[in-house]
Parts: sequence; C-alpha cells; structure tokens
Amino acid sequence: MCGIVGYIGGDASPEAGAAVLGDMVAAVAHRGPDATGVRAFAGAGLGHARLSIVAIADGAQPMRGPDPTTQISFNGEIFNHVELREELAGMGRRFRTASDTEVILHLYDLMGPDCVVRLNGDFAFALWDGARRRMVLARDRMGVRPLYHARRGGTLWFASEVKALLAVPGIDAELDPLALDQIFTLWAPIAPRTPFKGISELPPAHVMVADADGARVEPYWRMAFPDRNDAPSALPESETAERVAELLADATRIRMRADVPVGSYLSGGLDSSVVSALAAREVGGDLRTFSVAFDSPEHDEREQQAAMARALGSRHAVVECGPGDIARVFPDVVRHAERPVLRTAPAPMHMLAGLVRREGCKVVLTGEGADEVFAGYDIFKEAAVRRFCARRPGSRLRPLLFRRLYHYLPGLQRQNAGSLAAFFGVAADGLDDPLFSHRPRLRGTSGTKLFFSADLRESLAGYDAAEEMAAALPADFPRWHPLHQAQWLEAAHLLPGYILSSQGDRMAMAHGVEGRFPFLDHRLVELAATIPPAMKLKGLTEKHILRRASKGLVPQAILERAKQPFRAPDSVSFAGARAPAYVAELLAPAAVAATGCFNPSAVARLAGKCAAGGASGFRDNAAFVGILSTQLWHAHFAGGAALPVPDRHHTEDRRRLP
Amino acid sequence: MNDHTGQIFAREHPVVAPGADDLAVRLGDFIVETFLYGETERRPGPDDSLIENDVIDSTGVLELVAYLEAEFGFAVEDEEILPENFDSIAKLQRYIASKTPAPDAMRGM
Repeated sequence: MCGIVGYIGGDASPEAGAAVLGDMVAAVAHRGPDATGVRAFAGAGLGHARLSIVAIADGAQPMRGPDPTTQISFNGEIFNHVELREELAGMGRRFRTASDTEVILHLYDLMGPDCVVRLNGDFAFALWDGARRRMVLARDRMGVRPLYHARRGGTLWFASEVKALLAVPGIDAELDPLALDQIFTLWAPIAPRTPFKGISELPPAHVMVADADGARVEPYWRMAFPDRNDAPSALPESETAERVAELLADATRIRMRADVPVGSYLSGGLDSSVVSALAAREVGGDLRTFSVAFDSPEHDEREQQAAMARALGSRHAVVECGPGDIARVFPDVVRHAERPVLRTAPAPMHMLAGLVRREGCKVVLTGEGADEVFAGYDIFKEAAVRRFCARRPGSRLRPLLFRRLYHYLPGLQRQNAGSLAAFFGVAADGLDDPLFSHRPRLRGTSGTKLFFSADLRESLAGYDAAEEMAAALPADFPRWHPLHQAQWLEAAHLLPGYILSSQGDRMAMAHGVEGRFPFLDHRLVELAATIPPAMKLKGLTEKHILRRASKGLVPQAILERAKQPFRAPDSVSFAGARAPAYVAELLAPAAVAATGCFNPSAVARLAGKCAAGGASGFRDNAAFVGILSTQLWHAHFAGGAALPVPDRHHTEDRRRLP
Repeated sequence: MNDHTGQIFAREHPVVAPGADDLAVRLGDFIVETFLYGETERRPGPDDSLIENDVIDSTGVLELVAYLEAEFGFAVEDEEILPENFDSIAKLQRYIASKTPAPDAMRGM
C-alpha cells in the first residue's frame, strides 16, 4: 500500500514540479516507507511512496504503460489481478512485471477510463495519459482508499492525504464551517466536501478525467437495492446462505494474495471471526491474529478473542488499551484522520495497527463492512422497533424492546415505556421520512451544536446538514425497503466518511499497515443487496444470513453472540490528574476563543465536568471529543501552533521498525 | 447551582414546595446550568418539551431525577419517570407539587 501525489496543469517547469512532488511525497511517507519515486513531465507530474506487498522486486512507481506516454501512480490492491492478467495475456498482451499496477495500465490501454469497472480491489490511482494530455483519477467502489484534490490557479493538485496537498505552496488549511456542521450532525463530512475549505475528495466509485478544459467527475458504480414491491428472490434461505459462504470465501481468498504474510484482526465478534477462519483455512492454520483489549470491562472482549484464536490455532498478539493510552495517541489520531471526530474509537484502532507493525506484519484482514452489508448495526433494529411502536401508539409494552436492544446502556434500563417512546421519537418521526432510521441519532448528535459559537452559527446561517443529505438521495431510494434505505445511509455515508477513513485506512496507514476488507468485495455487496430484508434482520437477530453462512466456521458461542458495538471510553479517557497537558491547554477559554468555533464559557463548563470524572450521556461525550479533536485539528493544520504533545511512545515504535 | 450545594440545601431545609414562580426559576436555572452549559438563550419556556428540543436525553432524565431527590427530599419511583412528569418545566412543577406538602398544609402543622 502506498501514498500517491501529483498535479496537472500550470506552467511550472518539470524541475520545479518535481521539487514540489518531493515535498508532497515526504508528507505521506508513512503510507509507503519502502521506496519513493517522483516523475514530472511538461504540465503534469506524479509521485509515489511505496509499501511493497506485491511484486516487491519490480513494482517501482510511477510506472510506465505499454504505451510509453502513459504513467501511473497507484495506491492499493487489485485483488483479481491474477485473473485479469491471464485474460490480457490471452489477448497477446505482454507484461514486464509481476505487479497488479501493470494490469491497470494494460486495461487502460484497452478501455480507457472505463477500465475501472473490471477492477475488484481497494484502490486510488492517478494515470497520466500523455498522448491525450489528460489525468485520470479513480477511487474504489466503497471508498477504502482516499484521494483528495484542490485546484489553485491553473493547476489541479491531488494526493492520498490532505497533508500532502498542504505541502504545496499556496494551499493552506482553513476549516470549512459547513463540514464542521456535517460532522457534528452526521459524524462525517458529505463527500466531496472535506473539513478543509477549498480541498475536495474524489467520492468513492468515481472517476475524474482532468485536462486543459477542466475536469469531469462521474460515478462508475453505485450500491443499489431492489424495489420493495418487486417479487423477492425465489432462492431459499439455505441456498442463499451457501452463496454468501462461497462468495465470502472467495473474497477472502483473493485478499490473501500478497508476497508478504497476511494477518487478521480479531475483535471477538462474528465478522472478524469468520474472516479469520476463512483466512486460516487458506494458509493451513498458520495465521497471525491481532486484537485490542480494554481495561474497562464494558469495552473488553479479550475472552472471546482468545477463544477464537485457540479455535483457529493462530499465533495471537494483543495490545492493551489502558488508562492514559487513548489520550496519549489522540493527537496523532487527529493528525492522521485529518478531521474532527466525535468518538475515540479510532484511537484503539491506531494502537492495534501499531501492534501489527511491531509484530512485523504489514497486511491485515478485518471484518469491517459486514454490519453495513448484512445489517448488523443496532440502528437498523432500533428503526424496526420504532416502526413497531408507531403502529400501536401508547403501547406500554412495545417500547420496552429498546431496553433489550441497548442492554449495554445502563441509563436506559431505568426508563419505562413512556420515556423510551419519547426518547426514541416514536411519535415524532414521520414513517415516510427518508431519514427515519437515523433521526434519533441525528437529533442526539446535533445536540453537540449547543457548543457552537455565535460566529459559527452566524456563518452557518441556518444550514442543515441532514437536509443536504436527504436532498441528495438516489432517485430510486424511496422505493427501497426501509431496512435497505437505512443500510444505504450507513454504507454510502458513514462507511467511507468515518469507518473506513478515520477508523480504517488512516489509522492503519499511520503505521504503514494495509487493511483488507472481504465483506466489501463488490460482488458480495451486490449479492447482499438482493437478499430479502427479513433474511438479514430476522426479528431482532442481526446478520441472520451471515450467521447461517458461518456455521461450522466459528464456534457456536461466537455464532450466537449478539453484536457488540465497537466503542472505546470517551471523555473519561481525558479525565483526572493523569490527563495530558494538551487537554486543558486546548480547552482553555483563550484557546477556544482563538479558533472561534465554540463558546468558550460553555466549553469550560463541559471540560470541568469531564475533568471531574467524565461526562455522562451520548451528547456530552460526543461534544467533548468533537471539540477536543477540532481544537487539535486547528493546532495541527491551521494554527501553526506547536503540536500539543509529541507522541513519544509512538515515535519510538516507528524507530524500531526494520 | 451544582449537585453538591443541592444536596446540602436538601438536608438543611424542611421538605416544602416553594412558590410556583420561584420553583420555575430554580428548575430553569438547573436545566440551563446542567444541560445547556450556561447557554441562557436556549433556556426553555415553561411548556417547551425538554426531550423533543434535545435538552435532555435518557441519561439527562436520570440527572434530573437525582436533582429532584436531592433538592426536594422525596424519592422518585421508576414508574414516575414519565414524559408526563419530566418533559417540561411546567410538568416538573406539577409533579413536584404532587410529591410535596403544600405550604398551606405546612402552616397548620
């Protein structure tokens, strides 16, 4: 895996361009510590930081195509490169290297920008077509690999991470207030918007073709569901489960393709367990597995992790997330995520990737994506219970299901039916509202905007992030089943905007580790979309069809386990006498006033409450983490201030790397 | 007012319902301070829903329960934790009145 950078347009000389490319590559060197390459032409340039995984000997980049006027800088993996190569070789194509990169070049030579439809992989690439004098940028379907761009004057600059764009003279970081409103409503910005004003991302499943006339951005794939009035698939459940099992096995198998060992995360839940089991089968049991364990029992799953590792016979390593760890790594989390976050869950993922790298591994499989694709999240069940309650308003029994649903939230267990119905907006939300499934979360999250400063509110001028999301839904969205609508909102927004970026790619890449996601193989995504909703969410059993498909692969205890949301201690991580100095410094009224986003006195009260032992409740925790990360974002990117704390522990880890 | 002073207040004063206007102000102050972090311009009116306006969530209502118990010296039963009792300042006032002896009754004792 790697980092890519480049530009098209402008009148810089190749020498001047190459110098800037060098600075850009250096800014993403963590993504590719094994080699770097820079190549500038007249009016365009490409750079690359390489993490060698496939074709270690001959995969150097930027790489020239069969037509020598084409060059590519490629980040990611094409998992079906073996099959594509055979097909292309059968057509008389000759390959110089064993790399998947060269496969893209040949496909482009044949098909042009449409070549992306043949790729099964996680990728972001920039391809310079010198003959047509155009730059083709593309990103994988689900948004695993990142790609950002910014136009300044006549030049379009692009890179895997924003920090490389900030290395370009004339590109500076300024917070986009609309993006902040989106994060404090939806947990993530709405692509192509980013927290950086004037810097965009190429949305997942899109291709951009840029030339002297400008740039065209077009989708080449989308996640779609059948019309809810269509006859459901006639395939019985048993056969559906078999097809899921076969495809998941193949998705895992092709994700084991690498010239270095591929390890696997174990969370203790079903998704990573089944992926690890399939991976262990591929490598004859000789698998390495990695887990994060928590000192707080409500977050810890070490018993289940160890049980699964024993069942697999894997070589298992664990990193402990203890007191002080989250606050210690959090500044580095924000530096890599490049955006404010409302949860601390990226921090343990950062630590887990550090463990993988220390253990000498650079590729890991994860179970990420199963909850989106097979309907695992509590929010899907919550929406179903809310609909169930709304059918009998005033029922004193139906709302009690919320207690069962959120058995891990002690605050809810004391609430009776009337309160539960009110808190989950049973009477408040219209059943035909396209965002019905997400309304309680949107309301609860928006409560964090209480802390927005008067200036920020004024510049937002009544802007509503949820309305923007609702206005840009696919045309056929209203005809989908409510579960599918909710799945789409998760998979198209939160998955790329938060899960795959802030918890996924950026945390793994902070340590030069590549995550691979069998559940996000587009063949599996497409199959799952056609599976009837009741086979995914059966009553209140989530991922029913996946459980059936996983029989025999994972121990019964894990198969029957209810979904545990991946959470980490939030504001309490920053409480007490051991809290690092940056917390108080960045939340001090003068520091809050200086960045201008929040009300200093309200933040001071919240900080006081948190310092005294942590806030309770979702809103206050989300607000605290969101405000602290926004302050860190400013300090890192926009303030020019000294970094709050050098993450010494982390730096030492990196130095020990081979 | 923070929880600590609230507890002392409850211990040192007799169980008695304060005058209605005074009570509405005290409840409003507590809500602004605890749930709105001093943002006075969002202070709810007497009949504004605390739940629908995102002033309290399911944890917040328990904070409100703890405050009432400490401040007014009565116990809140689980089955009384209802929107009918907790969802606005006016509803809280009525609920507190129903749980505490009226000032007139105190005078006769």
